[in-house]
Amino acid sequence: MLAISLLLHVIMEVYYMMKKIANRYRYSMILLRELVIVDFKLRYQNSVLGYVWAVLRPLFLFLIMYVFFVMVLGVGKGIPHWGVALLLGIVMWSFFQEVVNQGLKAIVSSGGIIRKINFPKYIIVVSKSVSAIINLLINLGVVLVFALIDGVDFSWGMLLIPLFILQLYIFALGLAFLLAAINVKFRDIGYIWEIVSQALFYGSAIMFPINRVVEMHHSMAVAMLVNPVAQTIQDARYFGITPKVDTTVTLTDNWLIILAPYVVTLLALAIGAWYFHRRSPYFAEEV
Amino acid sequence: MSNYAVEVKNVKKQFSYSRHKNNSLKRAITQVFKKKDTSKDSFFALNGISFNVEKGDFFGILGRNGSGKSTLLKIISEIYQPTNGSVKHDGKLVSFIELGVGFNSELTGKENVYLNGALLGFSKAEVEAMYDDIVEFAELEKFMDQTLKNYSSGMKVRLAFSVAIRAKADILILDEVLAVGDAAFQKKCTDYFETLKGSGKTVILVTHSMGSVRQFCNKAVVIDDGCIIFAGGADESADVYLSIFEKKEPGVVKPAKHKGVELVSASTKVEKDYVNINFVIHNKTNTPMSDLYIFADILRNTQIVTGFLTADIGEGIDLSARETKTLELRLKNIFGKGSFCINATLRDGTQNNEVIDSRVDIVEFENIFGKDEYYPIEAIVERV
Repeated sequence: MLAISLLLHVIMEVYYMMKKIANRYRYSMILLRELVIVDFKLRYQNSVLGYVWAVLRPLFLFLIMYVFFVMVLGVGKGIPHWGVALLLGIVMWSFFQEVVNQGLKAIVSSGGIIRKINFPKYIIVVSKSVSAIINLLINLGVVLVFALIDGVDFSWGMLLIPLFILQLYIFALGLAFLLAAINVKFRDIGYIWEIVSQALFYGSAIMFPINRVVEMHHSMAVAMLVNPVAQTIQDARYFGITPKVDTTVTLTDNWLIILAPYVVTLLALAIGAWYFHRRSPYFAEEV
Repeated sequence: MSNYAVEVKNVKKQFSYSRHKNNSLKRAITQVFKKKDTSKDSFFALNGISFNVEKGDFFGILGRNGSGKSTLLKIISEIYQPTNGSVKHDGKLVSFIELGVGFNSELTGKENVYLNGALLGFSKAEVEAMYDDIVEFAELEKFMDQTLKNYSSGMKVRLAFSVAIRAKADILILDEVLAVGDAAFQKKCTDYFETLKGSGKTVILVTHSMGSVRQFCNKAVVIDDGCIIFAGGADESADVYLSIFEKKEPGVVKPAKHKGVELVSASTKVEKDYVNINFVIHNKTNTPMSDLYIFADILRNTQIVTGFLTADIGEGIDLSARETKTLELRLKNIFGKGSFCINATLRDGTQNNEVIDSRVDIVEFENIFGKDEYYPIEAIVERV
């Protein structure tokens, strides 16, 4: 009898817990959806071209780089379809930057709501990244158009690109969580991140082929590829556009080094999520 | 599962005094070299609060500004974490620390309804289903496609309230919701509270209006300086709450010291231009009294907005033995919209203006004629 009532009790407890989690999840999804919609409406309000800017921004960055670096300085000579590879790199970088930058400001800029109502805070950071994902998808369409015009051959490796983008997203989200939580107490992090992200941009071999670094300092190139931003972009170029671009597999046989960027990615998410989760109960009074 | 809707156990909340928080690099570095002494630059906003709210209670939390009641409410709503102790609740809890949380002035009324609804846990389909009712209740049919920045504050409150009352919750937490809006809106609030009262839902209400405490709550606690100073029925709690002001505010005099002459009651009639106030005074003794006068404070949300002295408008009141007299006064209606209450003392002009009787909240009146301006500047009173 005792055993049965105990079992029943446990079942009830588990049931209540599951129900609570299910309710919380449902609430999170409702909120996420609405916050994404609002974010969209607000971001392009009162602008004539509206959403077109999401495409135009990376496109113009690409044009500027193409004119100065590719046409004037001759960067990327000898690499087929370098223009497309450059565009893909810029699009992926823009995505990464948007997720992290929007995420970093997310909690602080939502102080008004956080102080007044209890809800899962991570939703704010995630909602900001959803707009970035939508921008990315549109931009990838533009890359595809350029690839067709430039005559890039279809390869099965192209199908790996979404996986690299997923990895980049996980890394960006991890950083976004970490920085968003730090930003609540320590506003300097925004400025620090600005500098770090500059370094990351140049250190990820986005506007020049990494082959140039390999020619000069082989080990330096390998070290650069431990950074998931560099690794995902070079991998996407290597598998999707042209095998003439170096990437981890072409530069080393050391499996530890090849695995390193994946470990860094997961570590970033784990640390970011852990720190965010730990700090989120105090956002309301600190923000 | 416990029998209580909300269980508050020994809750303490510590806040840091100093405004210089550790949020810049320079501070962080200089702070490293300073020894931390948290006891000096922090204080307890709540200092060991414990109480239980039973299911179906309409529970009042009373306290002066800065007494810690809003902090307590935020802890119950899981917005703040307690430094010590715990808060448990059983059932779905929805809190309204403020009406219209998340309202964005750049969005239209309609978009804000969906956003606010989502924050309350309503899906798009659910908001759609009740959208027409919300708009109708708020009486904003023509304005739903306008951005919120073009709304008046009253319109915003009406919209927020219309969404808020849809909230599906077992436990509702309401903070000062009554303090805003015009008389018509307050009527809607009152009606809503009436329906809540019989619904079996648990409600926790924080308010400064003793009228609503007496009308709706069945239990209440009074908080002062972060501690519970009284817990019990609503009427007693309201009395205790008002007595805090008598003790601490220099303008208000100690409770009645009956000398046989009583300030029995008062009534009011509000007109567009005048507020008529009648005070009933009774002499229980066989000795005639002379040169009495009334000193009255008019308060709004426990704040004194103005006052008058009947001695300023002619000779004192004379009462013969066993006489009951009604003193009819007429105040120019310079008051803002909303409800006011009157504290009055009866004083003896022959005895160094000694207080003979004092009544807190002797009468309340509702002014529906005034503008939205908050305070009158000066009372103009005459004898009729």
